[in-house]
Formats: sequence, C-alpha cells, structure tokens
Amino acid sequence: MTSLTAKTSYSVRSQQWREFWFYFSASKTAVAGLCFLIGVVLMAIFADVISPHLPAEQYRDFTEIPPAWMEGGQMRFFLGTDYAGRDMLSRIIHGARLSLIAGAIVVIMSASIGVLLGLVAGFQGGWIETIIMRVMDTIMAVPGLLMALVLVAVLGPGLLNAMVAIAITYTPSFVRLTRASTMTELNKDYVTASKVAGAGPMRLMFISILPNCMAPLIVQGTLSFSTAILDTAALGFLGMGAQAPLPEWGTLIAENRDLMLSAPWTVTFPGIAILLAVLAINLMGDGLRDALDPKLKRS
Amino acid sequence: MLKFLFKRLLVLVPVFFGVTLVAFGFIRVLPGDPVEVLAGERGVSAERHAELMTQLGLNEPLWQQYLNYIGDVLQGDLGTSLITNRPVAEEFFELFPATAELAICAILFAIILGIPAGIIAAVKRGTLIDQGIMGISLAGYSMPIFWWGLLLIILFSNTLNLTPVSGRLSFLFEVEPVTGFMLIDSFLSDEKGAFKSAMHHLVLPSVVLGTIPLAVIARQTRSAMLEVLSEDYVRTAKAKGLSPLRVIAIHALRNAMITVVTVIGLQVAVLLAGAILTETIFGWPGIGKWIIFSVFSRDYFAVQGGLLLIATSVMVVNLTVDLLYGLINPRILH
Amino acid sequence: MKKTLLALSLGLGLAVSGVAQAKTLVFCSEGSPEGFNPSLYSAGTTFDASSQTIFNRLVQFEAGSTKVVPGLAESWTASADGLEYTFNLRKGVKYHTTKDFTPTRDFNADDILFTFNRMWKEDHPYHDVSGGDYKYFGWMSMGDLLKSIEKVDDYTVKFTLNYAEAPFVSNMAMDFASVLSAEYGDELAASGNKDDIDHKPVGTGPFVFKSYQKDAMIRYTAHDDYWGGRSNIDKLVFAITTDANVRYQKLKAGECHVMPYPNPADVAAMDKDPEINLLRQEGLNVGYLAFNTEKPPFDQKLVRQALNMAINKQSILDVVFKGAGSIAKNPIPPTIWSYNDDVKDYDYDPEKAKAMLAEAGVSGLKTNIWAMPVQRPYNPNARRMAELIQADWAKVGVEAEIVTFEWGEYLKRSKNGEHDTVLLGWTGDNGDPDNFMYVLLGCDAAKDGGNRARWCNEEFDSTLRQAKKVTDQAQRTTLYEKAQVIFKEEAPWVTIAHSVVFKPVRKEVTGFKVHPLGSHIFYDGVDLK
Repeated sequence: MTSLTAKTSYSVRSQQWREFWFYFSASKTAVAGLCFLIGVVLMAIFADVISPHLPAEQYRDFTEIPPAWMEGGQMRFFLGTDYAGRDMLSRIIHGARLSLIAGAIVVIMSASIGVLLGLVAGFQGGWIETIIMRVMDTIMAVPGLLMALVLVAVLGPGLLNAMVAIAITYTPSFVRLTRASTMTELNKDYVTASKVAGAGPMRLMFISILPNCMAPLIVQGTLSFSTAILDTAALGFLGMGAQAPLPEWGTLIAENRDLMLSAPWTVTFPGIAILLAVLAINLMGDGLRDALDPKLKRS
Repeated sequence: MLKFLFKRLLVLVPVFFGVTLVAFGFIRVLPGDPVEVLAGERGVSAERHAELMTQLGLNEPLWQQYLNYIGDVLQGDLGTSLITNRPVAEEFFELFPATAELAICAILFAIILGIPAGIIAAVKRGTLIDQGIMGISLAGYSMPIFWWGLLLIILFSNTLNLTPVSGRLSFLFEVEPVTGFMLIDSFLSDEKGAFKSAMHHLVLPSVVLGTIPLAVIARQTRSAMLEVLSEDYVRTAKAKGLSPLRVIAIHALRNAMITVVTVIGLQVAVLLAGAILTETIFGWPGIGKWIIFSVFSRDYFAVQGGLLLIATSVMVVNLTVDLLYGLINPRILH
Repeated sequence: MKKTLLALSLGLGLAVSGVAQAKTLVFCSEGSPEGFNPSLYSAGTTFDASSQTIFNRLVQFEAGSTKVVPGLAESWTASADGLEYTFNLRKGVKYHTTKDFTPTRDFNADDILFTFNRMWKEDHPYHDVSGGDYKYFGWMSMGDLLKSIEKVDDYTVKFTLNYAEAPFVSNMAMDFASVLSAEYGDELAASGNKDDIDHKPVGTGPFVFKSYQKDAMIRYTAHDDYWGGRSNIDKLVFAITTDANVRYQKLKAGECHVMPYPNPADVAAMDKDPEINLLRQEGLNVGYLAFNTEKPPFDQKLVRQALNMAINKQSILDVVFKGAGSIAKNPIPPTIWSYNDDVKDYDYDPEKAKAMLAEAGVSGLKTNIWAMPVQRPYNPNARRMAELIQADWAKVGVEAEIVTFEWGEYLKRSKNGEHDTVLLGWTGDNGDPDNFMYVLLGCDAAKDGGNRARWCNEEFDSTLRQAKKVTDQAQRTTLYEKAQVIFKEEAPWVTIAHSVVFKPVRKEVTGFKVHPLGSHIFYDGVDLK
C-alpha cells in the first residue's frame, strides 16, 4: 500500500516535471537566462581559478589603467584597474560570489520565515492571523529600501546585516502569498480528507498544503532573488552594505564613484555585471512563471 | 462606498501605531550617540554630555519616552531636528514638493511611454517588435538605477553637455517658492527661461526614477491587453468587422486604466525607495536625500519623524488608489 | 574639447547678459548650513553661510592669512599681566535692514554684551533659544576663561580673564564670536519670535541674508552701508551641491564661479582647463594614525617607530590625496609658526622595520586599523588609506583588520581607547600651535580621550604648559620646536599628511583668496570681470 502510493506520487512528480520542462524550454529567452545564470554561478564557484589576479592585490605602479582595448590599456588588466591598482576583472569575478550568495541567502531567509508565518496565519486564523498580518502591513508601509537602510543603520553596516535587513523587508510578500494559497487550499477536498483521516496540524500544513502552494512561491522566490541582488548592491552603493575592500558589485561602484569622470571603467563594468546577472534571473523567472502558472500558460 | 472607506481606515489605525513603534524603536536601538556626533573631533565633557541627554529627553525610561512621543505625534509635533534645531515636520513639508514633483514626472514618463509600448507589443504579439519591447522593458526592470543615473550623467551631462547635472533650477533665476513645484513656480514667475531650465533639470532624474515603473507598466499593459484581446466579445467585435484600431481603443483602454491605477498604487513605495537613490545621485533637494542624510548624520528625531511621515504618505496614497480602483471597477467593493 | 568650449561660451553668454545689470556670484557650496547663527554650530559650511557673509567679529582674520586684524573693534590693548583686554569699538557701523527688521541705532557695546552673555550666562533670556548648545564657546573653554565683560562706555568694552591665555585675541576672531544685534533680539523677544534670531539673521557683515531653501540655495545681497565699503558683488548665491563631481560639472558649465573641495581625482583636469584658475594652499590641518600606547605592544617606542617606517606615505599621498597633500612629519602643519623643519621623518624602509619588530620581540602581530566613516580635508578617504596601510603592514608581517563604526560611535569608542590604532585628524581653529599640540597630545587630553594615542609624556607636556603661559612669541617658538622633536622620537602617531586645499575658481572671478582656516570669503576685493 505504502509503496504503491510512493510509486504513484513519484510518477506524478516526474510527469509534472516533464510538463514543466516542456513549457519552460519552449521559451528560448528563459533557457538563455538559465544558461547565463549557470555561467555566472560557475564563475563564482571557480573564481579563484579563473580570475587573473587576486581581487585585493594592489599593483601600485598600475593605478587606474584603462581597459585593454583603450589607449594605455594592458592585456593583463583586461577591464582596467582601480585607484589602488586592483584588477577590475578579478574584482568583478569575485564579486559575483558575494552578490549571488547574498541574493540566495536573502531569499532563503525571507522565504522560510515568510512561508512559516503565512502557513500559521492562514491555517490558524483568529487573533494570531491578525497580529501577523498587521505586523506585515507595518513593514510594508515603509518603502523597502528605506526600511532596509534604517535596519542596517541599527545593525551596523556590513554584508551580513544588509542581507538580514533586506530579508526582513521581503518577508511580507511571502507571508501574504502563502496565506492566500493556504486559505484556498484549506477548503479543498483533499485537505478535508486528510483531516478526517486524523492528520495533525503540522502534517496538514507541511505535507498536505505546502507542496500545493509551491508554484507561486517558486516564482516569487526567483523574482526576490533578482531584486535581492539589486537591493544588496543599492545598500552597498550607499555605503551601508558590503564594506570595501570586499568586491561586492554595488560597493565597487560606490568606492570608485569619485573616479566616475576620470576613470569611468571602474564604475561602468560593475554596473553591467549587476544588470546582466539580474536580467538573466528575470528572464528565467518569466519562463518559470509561464511554465508554472496554468492561467498564463496558453496565452 | 463609505463603509468600504471606513473598513480600510480601521485597518490603518493599528498599522499607524505599528509604524510609530517601529520609528520609535529603531531610533532607540541605533548604536551611537547623537551628542557625540554633534561634537565631532573636538569632543564633549561628561557633564555637558549628561546635560544634553537630559535636555533631549533621552534619559527617561523607554516607556515614558514612547508615551511622550505618541502624545506629541497626536498633537502634530514630530520633534525637532538635532542638526538644524527646526521642527521635523516643517523640514519635511518644505522638501516634500520636490519629491512629489519628481515622482509625478517619473510616473507620467512611465505611463506615456509604457502604455503605448505595452499595447503595441500585445497587438504585434510574437513579432520582433514585441520581443524588442519586452526585452528592453525586462532590461529596465533589471536596472540598478543608481548606476543607470551615473551612466546617464556621464553620457548626457558630461560628454554631450545636453542636460544640467543636478539641482532643480539654474541659479541665475530667482523663483519665489509658491507651490514648491518648480515647474509651476517657474512658469508663474516673470523670469524668462526659468521654466525651460526647470524642465531641463527634471529630464534625467525623471527618466531614471521612471525606468522601473515604465518596465512594469509596459509588461502589465501587454498582458492585460492579451487577456482582453482573447476574450469573446472582442473577438466578436472583430468578427463584426470593427476596425482593429477601434476595438483596441474602446476595449483595451478601459482595461489599461485599471492596470495603470493598480500599478501606480503598487509603485508608490517603489518610487519613494527609488527617490532615495535618484535624489542622492542628482542632488535633488527632496525627502529621499534628506532622510539619507538624517540617517547618516544620526539625526535621531529627523529619522523618527521622517519614517512616520513617509509611511503615512504611502498609506494615504494606497488608500486613495484603492478608492479609485473601487470607482473604476465597482465589483471589488463587495 | 572645442565643442565643450562652444557650449560653454553659449551658456556663459546667457549668464553674462543677466549679469550686466547686477553682478551675481554663484558659489557651489558643499552642503546645507546647519543654521545661521555660527555660535551654535561647528561646520565650516555653516560658517561660510553665516559668519563670513552676514556677520563681523571684534577682530577678524585677514583674508588669506591667520593674522588678526581689526574688525568691529578698531583697536585693542592688553594689560601687562595678560588678564585684561580692552576693545575700542568702531563707530557708525550699520546693521542690515531686512523684511522683518529695521535698525534704529548703530552698532555699540550693548551688542557685544548681548552676544557674549547669551553664550555665557545661563540666565540670559536668549541662552536656551535654539537648544542653547554653544559649541566652540565650550571647546575654547571660554566659560572658564572669562571672569567678566564690562561696558566701559558705548564704544569701549573690557574683558577680564581668570588666567592668562595667549591665544585669547585669536579666539575673538573665530566664527563663534560673531556679533549679533541686541536691538533685533529685543524686538523679537517682544513679539515672541525669539527663534527667528537664528533663522532670519541680522548682522553687520558685507552681505544681507535674503532667502534660504534647504538643500537648494541661499541668497544674499550686498550690504549698501557696509562699514568697510559696499562689496563689488551685488548678489551672492550659494548653490548647495553635495556631490564633488557635480560641483565640478557645474563649474565647467559656468553654473557656478567658485567651488570648494574638488575630488582629488579631478584636480589634474582642472589645472589644464583654461576657463578655471586652480588656487592652492596648504591646509591648516593634519591627518594621523594614532597608536593606542596603553595597549602592548604599542607601549614600546621601538614598535611604534618600526610601524612608522613600514608605511609608504608617498603611496598614500598618490592614491588617497592624488597629490593634493604633503607628507606630514610634525603634528602641526608647515603654515603654523614654530613648525620645526629640522625634524627628520622616518623613511619608508620595510626591511629595517621588520628587523626592529624582531628586536622588540614582536612577531605575528595581529591588530586593527580604525577607519573613519566620514570624509575630511585631512583625510579624503579613510577607508582607502586604511587599505593601503593594511597592505603595507602585511609586508612586515603585521596582520591588521580594518574596523569602522558610525561616526559618533567611532569618536566615542576611540575616546575610550578601544582601538589599537586609529585614523583621525584635526583642523586648526585659530592658527595657534597650542590648538594642535595641547589639545591632541597633552596629558589632560590623554585623560579625557581627546589624545587618541593616550600618550602622556612628562617632558613633552611640561614644555607645552610652559608655552601656554609665556606671551613672547619667540620664546614660545623655541618651546614648541623642542616639543616637536620629543614627539617625533617617541612616535605616538604616524603623521600622515597635511592636505593641500584646492579652490577651482572660474577665470572671470578676480581677487578671490584661499583662506588657511578654510572659510570662503566673498568680500575683500572679490569681483567679477
């Protein structure tokens, strides 16, 4: 009996997965985004191997060297160097690591807390729900970046604190989403069935209901991933995120901002890196949404 | 309608108190010491320090401080800036029109470009034009706007010398602040060229701030349009031989309106967050720049008051949008 | 380039046509003033916008130097014991007429009493207005110093001191001592608008305050009846522009005539620009790295000397200051009298530093460098400086972690001595060496924390104390020169740099001088072609 259910659910899952991939791969742009993202992830993982220099190594005789193709540029510093003679390319490659990890951790933190609170709010109702939702409303009443900024001011500037602050501002959207899905699912037959079968609230919440709300959560997670990278960079730019000499992309722009006119490459390339990474994730996110959201599937 | 309004207001009350708690709490746990910041390298003696802390009311027990604060807020007193010694509310409302002007222009820019772009993409669905528009708008949506602003300054202000770099108006003009909206004030003034100068100053910041809303509006309009175009009555209308232009004009615009109103509602908080970055980059004398400065200089009471005022304005705008939405689409009232 | 010039001249054409009737000088100032009463605030930005334009003091610094010259006092005398100073006031000095105030009498001794009693006497009706925190009055210990201020007659005032303090007259030239109007004060008190005295200022200075829009601009007009003669500039505008890049852009575009604090990175380009005069002067400041001499191994002279040698100051100057500075070897800048040029700095020598560290028995040292979160003329980018020092020290086997805090926290914690080494600096207030050495390195300062090295050297301290009491400048010079030798040998700091102050000014501005104390003065011969 048990093995039979397991088998069925396995084949259902694999069936779902195949269907998903069918729709996802139909979008060339989504696949392109995914490939690019995989590339960036690999770059981040193997940053030590592929970057030509150490990110913090200061070549003091080679400060503010322009990129290789510009007059005065050198092949060994392909994207040029910054004020202290550090190789921009190496810094950007290593920065990918920080930005991706920051984005991922923000999503994991906000999603896990948000889903938990959302499930509880949707499942329990009553005053617990009211409190949770009012707290979330309060967080949402203050613009996200401002909220994060003040939180970081409290916690102290730094990458970790920036991630925590951003995660807090992202939590309400996960809570709302999970709560809404939970409330829809609660009235469905299969939930009633498990209830009758005597499933406890934990089992109901996590085993029965949660898997069925996954699709919108995955889409929301992907979108949050890209905005988390943007917001981490924005905090870095304002001097409240990762602290120099850490090569986080936003921090790179901030630390070189006074060279904006005399050495524009120190500002341009980190920005392009942010833009491309975020664009790739968003392309992938669009594909995911189309593949997972049955309503939009055929439109 | 009234009942709906009342219900919405009732929800806002706890949120408002939540925000006062947040604003109050933040400031009290902020590390650092306002008196020390004010003294700088030259320092302050221990007695003087204690004296100033008492004067600022920072020595009382927390609950007492909170009660004092709430009492003051309900009387409309948001405290006094530590740096300028001026009432926080006064500073806020002096700078607010600048941010409002920038935000309005940004959203207008987004609407004027975004809706047609979305409609065209929907109508030309699947073609290169559609892919191009959607590609650009996704890039806009992915844009780190602080970098975008710097890039535009390098290009338009520095290299091409087309736009001024910062501020709201050339300093050659003397314009009396009547409304606080520079476009209106400069138009009313008898200074020749002031209006043009104000326009020039607005272009880049509006484009930068409007980029993300533009992308969102274009995408939303497109999907709303696609939905409408596939609905039966539109197909019927088409089948009846009505010109495509008419079909789009009549049926799509109404839907586009709903989309726009919703998006504007959702974008207010985004715009205010974006204003922080945009104003910092363009030296725009608005509340975004002010609140950043206050956070950095540890102007406790300015941050506290500013947070509350900003949150309140977001709530008011959201409420207004809800009501507008209700007017356009009466179904949601029930 | 040609294109730029063309666009520029077009822009200027527009500007000039407006200027033909009224000469308007635009100053791209670096921030909003804190307010308009210099006695309440401490920022140079505030002083530029208030004390240097709207107000006068009893005595003033001559434009372009730290020499004290007559201001509202035509002359002054000191008693032989240095305890009594008598000022003879100038007659016929007119206050500004503004929208809200029309003066009925000239400046006299009552105004001096009003100004100083407000700061000094806690029961003065204006003492608590605008927070009642008179920063520089406190920092210069004026409260302890003053015994009495008397009005001898309408045009004579006598200050009596509790102890002899050689720099007293210089103090009277500082911004905080700007003279307000007693009549205006009375009028506002009668109408219940006391706060206005600090927001709608009335003074005797060369420019009349007209309007202020926060974060945007301040406007002034020339004071027609100024006692020193009407200014050549008819209208003065402060265009508040916080970003240095942007200020430079505006200067290039002719949107402003003078800008302070250029980006070090842009200075080279400014120098080449034919439209811009780049004025330069050594700043009256010092940037340093202080060792916490209470914490081992920094209690050892040898270690401090070795770490001095391990730092490549030239590289810091190139990277952080972009050449806009000079290497510091003494705790006072060369522009101050008594600067001892015979002192020899520690040369950059990592090998010797390594050997000295070994000799001191220090190996594998792990320490920290505190980097300020704010930008200062004496240190345009502390983080960058710390990164360079970190790399330099790594070469001699010292591993340093860069630490930073929010500014208030930074000052407080470093005052409590929580740091190992800390980057900080000082900008002179009145051009007296005492204002650097005693405040930053004396034993009293080691106790209250102003001395970040927490360094108290008997010989050094007694030399400084002696120099405080002597009034003869030659004698004082000898004493300060000796103190600098002790300082260098003991090496409680790494003296890093004195900034060079650059003031890019458009060609059409004439007569503008860089002021060593950092103020921007638009009177005293400043004109527009």
